[in-house]
Amino acid sequence: MGIDRSTAAKTAVAGVRGPGVEPAALTVNGATYAIEIEPRVSLLDALREHLDLTGSKKGCDQGTCGACTVWVDGRRVLACLTLAISCEGHEVETIEGVARDGELHPMQRAFIEHDAFQCGYCTPGQIMSAIALLREGNAETDADIAEFMSGNLCRCAAYPNIRAAIRAVRDAADDGPGGG
Amino acid sequence: MRPLSYVRARTVDDAVAAVSGTPDSAFLAGGTTEVDLWRLGVVRPAMLVDVNDLPLADIEDVPGGGVRIGAMARMSDVARDARIVERYPGMSEALLLGASEQLRNMASMGGNLCQRTRCAYFRDGRAPCNKREPGTGCSALNGFNRGHAILGTSEHCIATHPSDVAVALVALDAVVRTIGPDGARAIPAGDFFLPPGDTPNVEHPLQHGELIVAIDVPDVPVARASRYVKHRDRASYEFALVSVFAALAVDGAGRVAQARLALGGVGTVPWRARRAEASLVGRPATAESFAAAADEELSDAVTRPQNAFKVPFAKRAIVRACGEVIR
Repeated sequence: MGIDRSTAAKTAVAGVRGPGVEPAALTVNGATYAIEIEPRVSLLDALREHLDLTGSKKGCDQGTCGACTVWVDGRRVLACLTLAISCEGHEVETIEGVARDGELHPMQRAFIEHDAFQCGYCTPGQIMSAIALLREGNAETDADIAEFMSGNLCRCAAYPNIRAAIRAVRDAADDGPGGG
Repeated sequence: MRPLSYVRARTVDDAVAAVSGTPDSAFLAGGTTEVDLWRLGVVRPAMLVDVNDLPLADIEDVPGGGVRIGAMARMSDVARDARIVERYPGMSEALLLGASEQLRNMASMGGNLCQRTRCAYFRDGRAPCNKREPGTGCSALNGFNRGHAILGTSEHCIATHPSDVAVALVALDAVVRTIGPDGARAIPAGDFFLPPGDTPNVEHPLQHGELIVAIDVPDVPVARASRYVKHRDRASYEFALVSVFAALAVDGAGRVAQARLALGGVGTVPWRARRAEASLVGRPATAESFAAAADEELSDAVTRPQNAFKVPFAKRAIVRACGEVIR
């Protein structure tokens, strides 16, 4: 790491964008979109308002509810606290991208089978978190699942069924390929 | 929501030059504090300088057995780094007990140290608040202050510092490395967090445009058995009411030979419990000694009716954490 440099060069700030509308390229679910946004636009608003990808939900817009959970470069993050312009050059994945060839993702199927939602508003964020959770490998016990899903609030309190859905996909994956 | 300009820095020097040369600008790391408070109108940068692409995310061994954590390393990665887990398990626990996995994937270590208080009066953007608008008064003094600090307070501010990992870092005598317009420097973690005093708006000694580039954690053998105990209103994903980082070495006679203790949730800064440490060394490693050390540390706590519970709460948490590390 270059942390011992003694002085910073004094140069004019190059490459400043905004505050007005700027062309930007966002890669979402494998496709690259050219959009025009102000730098202040969040990734969540860019997805919902500019790309019509309304699966990611705006619950709190301040990083406390998890309804906007998406993946950036494969890691689950909160789209509401992410500036869209900062995602240029990175891969964004949303709930719209997890089904394959018209087939729901195993986690989506498990949420339906286990009745893991009531109103459904938090569900896209729950599913994006749940798939990532199994990839991260921190879902051994119910306590682990509760802890590492704690960033996704469900006001209907469907938590027991959410955990059941996650367990089912986890255990199916343990049994062999194809589980998710 | 004010308009923003944005620039992505390619080098540390460019980032430092951009912010130091632009008065209304700020660094953008994980954004979990900056974007949140900007949207609330609490911070008002006109330009954000994105430092996420800077090559500062490595975690490296340093001579002497310590670890250098790049400022842009994410909380989730640091928490699970094998060296951190082995040498400073209490620090790994502190990281994993903070926020949620999504936020830990975003939040950088440098940004964590610069996060702002969760005091509701600071965050609402309107109430009198000496931290946000110096001289306007402190709404928490006689307001809703159940979560507020009992140590290190002043008549101008009683807000707690929200970080968990910073509690571990002050106990471990970590060093914050920066590069600013005047060059590089190293700031001991214990000097990095400034108590409110008469200037609660000044929270750390960083100049405008000075960027945290790394955090050095020295070799602290006693920390290999450290723990972080956190108590909060929810089971998870919540800031601490009281937390304790504890590392103790006990000699053959059952006496405390070394002690590292720090508290979260009760101080205006991540609180190194030096008086408790001094009280413990040489005493039998028993619950009675732990309780006496806690009394020593908390003897000049300044409480209010709503947060007076934190004194016995912190005492019990210290006893519990110390008991867990010697088990």
